Amino acid sequence: MSMFEQLANRDRVFEFLAPAASPVDVRHGPILYLEDVNVSFDGFKAINNLNLTIDDGELRCIIGPNGAGKTTMMDIITGKTRPDTGSVWFGSRHNLLTMNEPDIASLGIGRKFQKPTVFEALTVFENLELAMAADKRIFPTLTAIMKPEYRDRIDEVLDMIKLKTLRDKPAGILSHGQKQWLEIGMLLMQKPRLLLVDEPVAGMTEQEMERTAELLTSLAGKQSVVVVEHDMGFVRSIARQVTVLHQGSVLAEGTMDQVSNDPEVIKVYLGEEA
Amino acid sequence: MTSSQNWLFRPFQERSTQIFLGVLITALIVVTFLHLFMPQDSALHVSAYTVTLLGKYLCYALLAVAVDLVWGYLGILSLGHGAFFALGGYAMGMYLMRQIGDRGTYGDPILPDFMVFLNWQELPWYWLGFDMAWFAFIMVLLAPGLLALVFGFLAFRSRVTGVYLSIITQALTFALMLAFFRNEMGFGGNNGLTDFRDILGFNLRSDATRLGLFIATGIALALGYIICRAIVTSKLGRVSVACRDAEARTRFLGYRVERVQLFVFVISAMLAGVAGALYVPQVGIINPSEFSPLFSIEIVVWVALGGRATLYGAVIGAILVNYAKTVFTGVMPDAWLFALGALFVLVTVFLPKGIAGLLQKRKKAENDDDPATAQEATA
Repeated sequence: MSMFEQLANRDRVFEFLAPAASPVDVRHGPILYLEDVNVSFDGFKAINNLNLTIDDGELRCIIGPNGAGKTTMMDIITGKTRPDTGSVWFGSRHNLLTMNEPDIASLGIGRKFQKPTVFEALTVFENLELAMAADKRIFPTLTAIMKPEYRDRIDEVLDMIKLKTLRDKPAGILSHGQKQWLEIGMLLMQKPRLLLVDEPVAGMTEQEMERTAELLTSLAGKQSVVVVEHDMGFVRSIARQVTVLHQGSVLAEGTMDQVSNDPEVIKVYLGEEA
Repeated sequence: MTSSQNWLFRPFQERSTQIFLGVLITALIVVTFLHLFMPQDSALHVSAYTVTLLGKYLCYALLAVAVDLVWGYLGILSLGHGAFFALGGYAMGMYLMRQIGDRGTYGDPILPDFMVFLNWQELPWYWLGFDMAWFAFIMVLLAPGLLALVFGFLAFRSRVTGVYLSIITQALTFALMLAFFRNEMGFGGNNGLTDFRDILGFNLRSDATRLGLFIATGIALALGYIICRAIVTSKLGRVSVACRDAEARTRFLGYRVERVQLFVFVISAMLAGVAGALYVPQVGIINPSEFSPLFSIEIVVWVALGGRATLYGAVIGAILVNYAKTVFTGVMPDAWLFALGALFVLVTVFLPKGIAGLLQKRKKAENDDDPATAQEATA
């Protein structure tokens, strides 16, 4: 096709017109879209015809017994694992299956792992500073200046994660729960559109759980949040929409009440606990 | 810590830098004054011998600062920094050898004595250019810097860290020592380079030159300290600490850990080279024993004694240990290594953060007594 014909074809966006870091297109509602995804490891089907849609600004909880494919699903979204078949879209413009991990991260998908890792010798403020989206090559980092707008951004996140009073304290003195919040704060510094949060309340006290619930619900609306959690009480306290995974596919979807009354769900998951 | 100032000016805002530079400059002035203006027979007179001895301590202090930069802030325990020190020293030594000219024992206008002795007919290619001071001074930075660049590139790219890296650095300096012991290398074999006459036209044996070298070393230490402080107070310094404590996590945040390590390592090697270059004209000799693994380990002991990740701790440690060494080896030479070992054990057990940790503790105690700061802490 000649250049002229390409330009005359008006129903598509051309590569050279759409830079890789173009904004996520959420005009049609969903920010994340998984269709007919299949993954198998040595014959074991970890993900089996998975279909899942997350709307922009939504807070979604994903539950399911061990081996239901929750972590594998996260791995697919972040580009760590490639599915055998299916398609994964971020908004309606970005095909995540054609991108690598750093590109997906810079597109605005942040992931929090189960075990919090913060830099213990640095202060809470400095932890957030390092996580901030910036030019991370050697010389720009060496000559980086703390501009007022960066400071404001960090303080804003400090407010959100409720660690303002501990701003200049080393992260090493934080409690387990506070470290989890700091880790979420570090994710927020990268200005993600979609947050993937893996078991945020593991090992937390009741009180810390409550504050985590508050934090995650306050994020929804601005960011889309996907929470994978085992703790049913916690899920009940934050969930508007719950998706139950079982053997690599969606077993049920709906509000917590709908889901917990679903006989299938009770059989495979809640039944085990009851 | 998170100043909005230009990164080069940032160090001067730190209280520790101000105190350090103040003490260092005062010491330089006082020693100079006591050396020049006190009568020879006065108790306060500082002899040329003492001036040179102090200059040697300052060289060691700069070397210790270089080691603290990579060990304290980046978590790379280099047991081979003596290699960079010695390379800088050899570059300077080669310049000083060429300066001897035809005043050597054999009177050859170009070839150093040891080459005439070995029946060499012409100067090896790598000795060319060392008759020019500017070339030699560039090589003082370049030789250790290049070695660190190649070595670091290979090691950090393969993600060699921790004790394995320490062992490799140890092997590096040991290999270089064996190589420099060989006469065929053209660096004077186990005798090394010595019998220097003058530097930049000044007679090395005159008291004025010795004082000049001492002051130059003091200035080099101040500059080296400021460079290191500028790095550790920059965002890059905080990234270094992040690499030290959680390397994988830092990588996950988007920083190229191996490049951070390489950058800091090369800077540190160059500083060590400068220390070596200033050391050689003051002690009057450079030989392969500077490459010995034992010396490199000793440097690490200075830093550990003084306190890691403070920079000024490294200076205190280097000066104190070497002063103790001077005293001990004079009084009872056989006991020195035992004394060093005992000192190391005692400090590790009772002062895990070294002497600098003790200073910080006292300062903190003072601050806690101050109601204003105490209130701030609880607020």
